[in-house]
Amino acid sequence: MCVLAHVLEAHGIATVSLVSVLSVAERMRPPRALYCEFPLGRPLGQPNDVEFQRDVLDRAFALLKADAGPVLNAHPVVIELETEPLSCSLPARFDPNLAPAVDEVRALRAAYDRSVKSRGGRTSVGRVVSPDAISEVVGAFVRIAEGVRWDEVGLPADPVQCAHDVRTYYEEAALSLDEAATEPGRAEAWFYDRTEAGKALLAARKEMQTQKAPFHFWFYLARGTR
Amino acid sequence: MSDSGLRLFVDAQPVPEFATTAFTVSPELRNAKVAIVTTAAIHRIDDDGFESTDTGYRRISRADRDLVLGHWSPNFDRTGFAVDLNVVYPIDRLEEMATEGLIGEVAENHYAFAGNQDDSVTRVRLDSGPAAARELVAAGVDVVLLTPV
Repeated sequence: MCVLAHVLEAHGIATVSLVSVLSVAERMRPPRALYCEFPLGRPLGQPNDVEFQRDVLDRAFALLKADAGPVLNAHPVVIELETEPLSCSLPARFDPNLAPAVDEVRALRAAYDRSVKSRGGRTSVGRVVSPDAISEVVGAFVRIAEGVRWDEVGLPADPVQCAHDVRTYYEEAALSLDEAATEPGRAEAWFYDRTEAGKALLAARKEMQTQKAPFHFWFYLARGTR
Repeated sequence: MSDSGLRLFVDAQPVPEFATTAFTVSPELRNAKVAIVTTAAIHRIDDDGFESTDTGYRRISRADRDLVLGHWSPNFDRTGFAVDLNVVYPIDRLEEMATEGLIGEVAENHYAFAGNQDDSVTRVRLDSGPAAARELVAAGVDVVLLTPV
């Protein structure tokens, strides 16, 4: 992003950057930057908090008053990522003939649909896997965890993109199950630590490493710190 | 699991360096046309998604709200965007500021990149970045707010 600040400014456009990693801004020296120590993925800090978002913007646009750059200020508020998984209950087993993770995906469909409806139909699921196909893809990750070759299991796209849709399906479902799902990191922790699909994904990640899959395809199935 | 670990990891990564910092003086904000450029890889559902090697951009119209968070990285929170896209792409905040007269005008088009760099770290700097800049200049944009993910 700091590269874009330099490029745009050189074309005669004034820029203000919200930066999330302080040392990068210090090294790349964009013309005007506001360092915001908020959870990655939330550069404006707080969803559905107009006052807080406006405060971030006011502080960022105030940098336009500087006569010369680079200018680097920091927002005074720090927001930490939460690490406690949601405590919302998971659906009971329904079809014993299915893998638990696949059964779980199907049982969460109503929660996912409610969540999407509450946002007027907006969803980030479907980049490569539609909501209807999430259970098939989770089934593929279960088979990888059991030892099937990752490149022969029938994933519809590269594993990272498939995992993106699976995780998003769960996180969006969680939003209709537990109000705490809007707290940064809690739905993600719930997905990987509590759900069958999340556990299957982590097991598939380990197996893909054993199968010597390309680094990018297994490492980015979960946050790098996992 | 924390962002501090990821921030430390990024600390250790090499970054493109600039010998000088270009600096453009903007008009008063209340007279400026403002656009958002984000590296969050958001896009309309019917646009092409962003691959992990994609250094290009997608154009987002001022009225678009049915947007997808298409970034491939698992290293950031997604629920914030799910419940309020303004936490990444504060288009409604800009509209309010324009209504209140705090900014001159909201641009008709905004731009999303994915923050990807090729091995030579030159494509955004020499190709897609300047292409987006030319579109913004042609649209009369004075100020750009850059947001990451």
